[in-house]
Amino acid sequence: MRENVHIDIVKIIEILVLSLGSIVTLFPFIWMISTSFKTPPQIISYPPTLIPKPPTLEYYTQIFTKLNFGRFFLNSGYISVIITASALLTSSFVGYVFAKFNFWGKEVIFMMILSTMMIPFAVTMIPLYLIISKLGWINSHLALIIPGLYSTFGIFLMRQFMSSIPNELREAAIVDGCGEFRTFWSIILPQCKPVLAALGIFTFMWNWDNFLWPLIVLNNEDKFTLPVGLSMFSQQWWTNYGLVMAGATISVIPVLIVFFIFQKQFIQGIVLTGLKM
Amino acid sequence: MGRIRKYKNLFSSRNMLILVAIIPTIIFYIVFSYGAMGYAFYLSLHNWTLGEPVRFIGFSNYLKVLKEDPLFYKSLWNTVYYSIVTIPLGGILALLLAVGINGLGKLATLFRAIYFAPVVSSLVAISVVWRWLYQPEFGLINEVLGIFGVPRLMWLQDPNLAMPAVIIMAIWHGVGYTMVIFLAGLQGIPQTFYEAAMIDGANRWQLFRNITIPLLMPTITFVLVTGVIGSLQVFTEMFVLLGTPGSGPLDSTRTIVVHLYQRAFSYFQLGYASATAFILFGIILILTIIQLRLLRTRWEY
Repeated sequence: MRENVHIDIVKIIEILVLSLGSIVTLFPFIWMISTSFKTPPQIISYPPTLIPKPPTLEYYTQIFTKLNFGRFFLNSGYISVIITASALLTSSFVGYVFAKFNFWGKEVIFMMILSTMMIPFAVTMIPLYLIISKLGWINSHLALIIPGLYSTFGIFLMRQFMSSIPNELREAAIVDGCGEFRTFWSIILPQCKPVLAALGIFTFMWNWDNFLWPLIVLNNEDKFTLPVGLSMFSQQWWTNYGLVMAGATISVIPVLIVFFIFQKQFIQGIVLTGLKM
Repeated sequence: MGRIRKYKNLFSSRNMLILVAIIPTIIFYIVFSYGAMGYAFYLSLHNWTLGEPVRFIGFSNYLKVLKEDPLFYKSLWNTVYYSIVTIPLGGILALLLAVGINGLGKLATLFRAIYFAPVVSSLVAISVVWRWLYQPEFGLINEVLGIFGVPRLMWLQDPNLAMPAVIIMAIWHGVGYTMVIFLAGLQGIPQTFYEAAMIDGANRWQLFRNITIPLLMPTITFVLVTGVIGSLQVFTEMFVLLGTPGSGPLDSTRTIVVHLYQRAFSYFQLGYASATAFILFGIILILTIIQLRLLRTRWEY
């Protein structure tokens, strides 16, 4: 009896502390949204208020009409989608070949690929910049897409996963007269849906958020991705806090909504991709 | 094995599949990883500065970085400062959150989602938001601290406060990720271990100390090793929070990558920056090997 009461009190304190932490975690978001709807006098009023009265939509209109935010958004979106699709395809294809076939030099090639994960981006970014400018891709989205066609981590993850698919599955399909490419595409690939979803989410998030490389290779506003655009824009308009917060809100909220809907897949993806590294 | 004869044909569909998969991959990695790294090494041996003739100078760039560049040591120290505070503090906080959340049922899902929200948010966007929170006159943080009688702090303008300000934001941003990794680790610990220990009369602290921590050691190693690799390359937080190029007041937030970025893309000293990058690579490799050695030998069961 007493034991139960004791445990309950511990639990209640735990939940209280966690709730307090949740407020601290969410408050920057709440404050960001609140500021983005406030008129300038409300923004600097003392004491600060949480609910804008009356709320203004002016910053959001400005962002999409006078500023290029819609463009940044589209750029980030289509680049991330292409890279993600490509990384999923190449990772599963290459991962499959490494998992299910034996060929000359296989282990060495695989180790060569895998060990590139240890090279910090700081080492390769300068030569990549020179290569990209020789190719004439500075200020072109090709500079982002081409180096993203393969994902080392993806190849590793898919090889691990494909190894667990029984060999009989492929052999049965081949015996039935299915070609190698079709076997991969219609027999093997459908088996990988959960891991592909995880890798897809991971790759998309990473590219949506990628900053340093786009910052180096893009210098025309039309070409900016959302992070680069927001960073430039926030420095240019810094003292217009409402406008800058509207920009931040636009960058954060869509992803947060998607995250809350697909929470389980996101977390599974992170755990799967994180723990297996 | 009976099908071996069929595979002998060089142009069999099996061999084509392998070739189509492997050849482009090898070309890609030769160009974008090994070629790039070789090129970087070549650059690091040359005086390669925009507007000056390219000149082979051996290891002079490395010597210059290590012997004549006080800003390199400043940036190295700042990077160490950032890592040495962020990783343990963030890690302990994440572990406490994970232990607290684990086993709360429906509430656990809610808490997990909330603490994970900053992780999925664009780092640039949240850095912009925190820059506003740290604003000295109207920023929320100073307003809240004011209630407790704390005088207005110049968070991002004060050389002593700029790095702590970045660290606070970085922990806020990253703690949910580490927490989720720990939660996965906790779920891998068999419940029977706890039950057996409880029958023996162990209290919560003893359970945590003698079951949770040792069995979580692989996860802790993972968090530590990846945390060090990541935080040694910290850049975006500084760049956005402190404004271009991210070096902060009196270079107090100049990290190695900030330093390298400025050398490479503001001053176009590409050879010099490449040498700095290789020194960073060396530091990362050495620290990773040391950590893996120490943690493996001590905790392998």
